[in-house]
Amino acid sequence: MPLLQIAEPGQSAAPHQHRLAAGIDLGTTNSLVATVRSGVAETLPDAQGRHLLPSVVRFSAAAAPVVGYPAQAAALDDPLNTIASAKRLIGRGLAEVKQLGGRLPYVFVNPDAAVPRIRTAGGDLTPVEVSAEILKTLAQRAQDTLGGPLAGVVITVPAYFDDAQRQATKDAATLAGLNVFRLLSEPTAAAVAYSLDHADAGTAEGIHAIYDLGGGTFDISILRLTRGVYEVLAAGGDSALGGDDFDRILAQWALEQAGVSDGADHRTLRQAMQAACTAKEQLSSAPTADLMLTLPDGRQWSATLDRAAFEGLIDPLIDRSLAACRRALRDARVSVPEVDAVVLVGGSTRVPRVRERVAALFGRPPLANIDPDRVVAIGAAIQADLLAGNRPGDDLLLLDVIPLSLGIETMGGLVERLIPRNSTIPVARAQTFTTFKDGQTAMAIHVLQGERDLVDDCRSLARFELRGIPPLVAGAARIQVSFEIDADGLLRVAASELTSGVTARVEVKPSYGLTDGEIAAMLSDSRQHAGEDQLARRVREERVEAQRVLESLRAALTRDGDALLDTAERTRIEDAMTALAATLNSIDAKRIGDARRALEQACGRYVERRMNQSIQSAMAGQRVDAFE
Amino acid sequence: MNFAMLDFSKNYFELFELPLGFTVDAKRLAERYRTLQAVTHPDRYVVAADHEKRVSLQASTQVNEAYRTLKDPLARARYLLSLHTGDPGTDSETSKDGAFLMEQMELRETLAEAQSSPNPHAAVARVLTHLAEQSAALDKELAGLFADPTPANLTSAREIVRKLQFLDKCRRDAEDLEGLIDGRY
Repeated sequence: MPLLQIAEPGQSAAPHQHRLAAGIDLGTTNSLVATVRSGVAETLPDAQGRHLLPSVVRFSAAAAPVVGYPAQAAALDDPLNTIASAKRLIGRGLAEVKQLGGRLPYVFVNPDAAVPRIRTAGGDLTPVEVSAEILKTLAQRAQDTLGGPLAGVVITVPAYFDDAQRQATKDAATLAGLNVFRLLSEPTAAAVAYSLDHADAGTAEGIHAIYDLGGGTFDISILRLTRGVYEVLAAGGDSALGGDDFDRILAQWALEQAGVSDGADHRTLRQAMQAACTAKEQLSSAPTADLMLTLPDGRQWSATLDRAAFEGLIDPLIDRSLAACRRALRDARVSVPEVDAVVLVGGSTRVPRVRERVAALFGRPPLANIDPDRVVAIGAAIQADLLAGNRPGDDLLLLDVIPLSLGIETMGGLVERLIPRNSTIPVARAQTFTTFKDGQTAMAIHVLQGERDLVDDCRSLARFELRGIPPLVAGAARIQVSFEIDADGLLRVAASELTSGVTARVEVKPSYGLTDGEIAAMLSDSRQHAGEDQLARRVREERVEAQRVLESLRAALTRDGDALLDTAERTRIEDAMTALAATLNSIDAKRIGDARRALEQACGRYVERRMNQSIQSAMAGQRVDAFE
Repeated sequence: MNFAMLDFSKNYFELFELPLGFTVDAKRLAERYRTLQAVTHPDRYVVAADHEKRVSLQASTQVNEAYRTLKDPLARARYLLSLHTGDPGTDSETSKDGAFLMEQMELRETLAEAQSSPNPHAAVARVLTHLAEQSAALDKELAGLFADPTPANLTSAREIVRKLQFLDKCRRDAEDLEGLIDGRY
C-alpha cells in the first residue's frame, strides 16, 4: 500500500521487496526491451547480442509464430504470412489504413469489419494478436535476463496515438499475459532518459522539444522539467508519418522509373521497399545510392539516385512534421527562443536532411547523443522501475496530456468538445444536454476524437444509447455526459439522466477495438497452448496479493489507526481482515479475491483520510519552503 | 464538477492554500501544483490496491481541474463568480456594451481579411496582440472588483467576464487561422 510510503517520504513500505520491471518500446519497424540493473538502464540483447527486434512476425500452420530477424528474412519468400508494421494497423479500420498508408501486401478477411483480420497460414489474425507475439518475445527476453517473472511493464506509445490505438496496444499486452504498469508517450520516455543523462551537468531543467520520427509515426512534444517533474505542455504529431513513408515514396519512384508501378505484385512491392530502405540508409553517409530490382517479367532494372533527388522526394514529408512542430509550440504557448534543448528520437532522425531542417526550425543544433533507436526503451525502463516502487526517494513525476480533443455529436452533425487537446491527464469533465423531442425516451451518444467541428471529419470512438429517460416535454430532461480519462490516456464515458437517475456507462472500445469477450476467448486459446496450470497460478497470485494487503494494513493501523478511525470503523476493518486471513489456505482464487475486495471496501474512508493527511503534510512542507 | 472530491468543504483556492481572489501568484501556484501531484498522481499507486488507485485517480483529477481553473484568468473569474454568487452562468448571455461589440465586429473583419492579405502571419499576429492587450486591461479591472466583492462589483465583474469570453473565442479562432495559414506554406 503505497499510501504508507507517503507518510514517510523516501521510505518504501517493504524495502526488501524488489519488483522486476521492464520498459518496452513497441515500434513500427523495430522493438526493444530495457530494464534497470544495478541502477543503470540498459536495452537487452538477444542470444546473438542484437538489441533490436524487428517488429515482424511470421505465421505458419504447424509451428509457433516466429518473431524478429528470422521472420524478416522470410518476408520476401513468404510475404502473405509475414506481418510487418502491425503498429500501423493497430486500433484502425482497414479503409482508414489504406487511405493513410497506401497498398498493403496482405490478404484481409472481411475487409469491412471494424477490426481488420489478416489471413495467414496460422489463422486469421488481428494486429493486436500480431503485436502480442512481439511483446511476448520481448518479455521473455527480459525474464531470461532478470531470472524471474515480471511484476509489470511500461509500454510506450506515440504521443499522438488516439484512444482506440492506445486501447488496442493495452489489449495486446493483456493477450501477451503482461501486467501493464502504464502506457507512456514515447517522447516523454525519451525526455526521462535525456534528463537523467544530463542531470549531473545541471542542464536538464527548462523547456525541451522532443522530435520523434520513428518507422511509422511522428511525434513532437514540448515539455517543461522543473525539479524532477515533467509537465508535457503540448503534444502533436501524425500517427501515420514515419521513415517507412520515406521508403514507400522512394519505392514508388523506383517502380515508376521501372515502368511497373501499376502491375507490381506482392513480391515486387516488398523487394522495392527493401531496396528503398537500403538506399535511404546509404544516402545518410554517401552522396549517391544504387537501386536494383528484379521485375515481374524477369528483367533486371537498376538506377542511381543522388542525395539531392532523394531530399526532393522526402521534403514534403518533412514539411508535414515541421507544421506539427509549429502547432505544438503554439499550443504550448512557447516561442522558439524559449526552447532550451531539442532532442532527436527515432531511427529516421538519422537522415541528414531531417536533422538539417529541424535545426533550421529551432535555430539550434539538436541533441542526439543517446542512440535514437534505444532512448525510448531506456526511458520506459526507468519509469517502470520507478512505478514498481524500486526507486524510493526519487521524486521523478511525469504529467502527460491527451493529444486530441474529445467530444460528442450534437445536433446537425457537429461535435461538442468536452475535453480539449493537451489537457493534463487524468482529467474528467461533464456536460449537460437535453432532449429535443417531446416524450423522447432514449438518446444516442456518439463519442468522437479530433480537432474538426464536423462529425465526419473526426474519429468515431464509440456509440451507445441512454435508454429509459422519463418521457418529458422537449428540453426538460437533463442528460449529463461525463468523460473520464485515466493516466494511460484511456477514456471512459458515462451518461445519466439527472431527474430520474437512469445511468449508462461504457468503456470506449467497440468501434475499432476488440470486445472483452474476444480478448477473453483469445486468452483462453493461448492458455490451452501454454499448458500451464492457470488455476494454480491464479490462486498463488491472489494469496500473495492478500498477504500484501494484510501486512501493509496492519502497519498502517499501528501507525495511525487510532487517530483516523472510530471504534466502529476499526472493528469493521478488523473483521474484514480476519475474514480475509481465514481464506488464505483456500484453493478457490475467487473466494480469496472476494474477501480482499471486501476488505478494500471496508477501508474506503480510511484510505481517503490518509490521502487527505498526505496532502496536508506535503503542503506543510511547501509552507516551510516558502519561508526559506 | 460532479466528480467525487476528496474534501467537499475545500474550494480550489483552499486546496492550493492560496488567498481567495483574482490575483494569483503564478510561481507559487505552479509549485503547489507539483507538490499536490507528487502526492496524488496515479503513478504513485501503480502497485496499490484497487481502492487506493481509485482514490488517487479522483484526487489527481481534482488537482488537475483546480490547477487548470486557477491558472487561466477567464476560468478563474468564472469560478470566483460561482463561489461568490453560486452561478458562473455567463454562457448564454452576451455583453450589452455597444462600443465593445462594435470593436469586436471590426476585429473579426480584420481576421477574415488576414487570410488574403500579403503577409497573413503578421496580420493575425497584430490581431492576437490587440486581443492580449484588451484582455490584460480587463484582467486588471477584475482584480479590483474581486478584491471587494460587493453585489454591485460582482455584477460589473460578470459583464467583464462576458467580454473576456468574446476575446477568448476570438483568440482561439485567430490561433486556428494561424495554423491554417501555416499548413498552406
